[in-house]
Amino acid sequence: MLRVIQAKAGIVSCSGEELAEGTVARLATLKVLHELRPAGTVTICLPLFLAGGEGDREFARYHPTITVDGCDLRCAARGTEMYSGRPAASIVVNDLVAAAGLPRPEGRRCLNDAGRQAVNLVAERLAQLVDEVARGRDPVR
Amino acid sequence: MTSERSEVVVIPCSGIGKTYGTVAREAAYDLCEDLRPERTRLVALAKLVLGEEQARERVRTCPAVTIDGCKLLCASKLVTHSGGRVAHEVDVLDVYRRHKELKPDGIEELNEAGRKLARVLAEEVAQAIDEMQSMAPAGGGHA
Repeated sequence: MLRVIQAKAGIVSCSGEELAEGTVARLATLKVLHELRPAGTVTICLPLFLAGGEGDREFARYHPTITVDGCDLRCAARGTEMYSGRPAASIVVNDLVAAAGLPRPEGRRCLNDAGRQAVNLVAERLAQLVDEVARGRDPVR
Repeated sequence: MTSERSEVVVIPCSGIGKTYGTVAREAAYDLCEDLRPERTRLVALAKLVLGEEQARERVRTCPAVTIDGCKLLCASKLVTHSGGRVAHEVDVLDVYRRHKELKPDGIEELNEAGRKLARVLAEEVAQAIDEMQSMAPAGGGHA
């Protein structure tokens, strides 16, 4: 019997403790992982990845990765590129929120309404990128 | 006196895969926003590791407290690797072992027990910071 194994995408989220956008990145990643695309995604723990976690780095070397960053420093994207390879796609919360005309999220510990809207926006875009990666298409970055 | 030099930087791992990473993150917020806001500063781990100069400078000149969600101690290792001095290191699992009644659950949002565990951890760290600073020479930090 032929079994089709779905390639999983690794999502690397910035931890971004200092900014509300970091919390948005984290919550959007978890929403995709647990609700929107549980079968097609795994998360890669950024601290472990940066600290030399060989399992996480190897996964990212051989599977497509999508990075989610809170701000323009793009720590998740740069870290992934540095230790494993170029991400298949990258999201920066700031950019996506601005492009959608949403107000800036606030409350790094407890997001305000704008922050919760941003989580949904980022999660939807992320799920779309996961689908594109699964279909083998080069996502529009 | 509170000066730049007497500030303590607080660095949680914020590991995304397990509830203990969320406890670490929540404890850091408890500490830096509620318990010792005037003497602590939260620094994002990834920013530090990837070379943001302000974060590196802070970690090089101020004592660091790291809060890790697992035995791999990523935050502690990465602070040392970045040229910082870990003055106090906490593993959430060790605190949980002493407070088994507070079993954390949830990654996006902690349950009540998880929030209490984070608070207990933050209170212990706040006390450690007080002791650390009472023993330090006037002016605070390290060279």
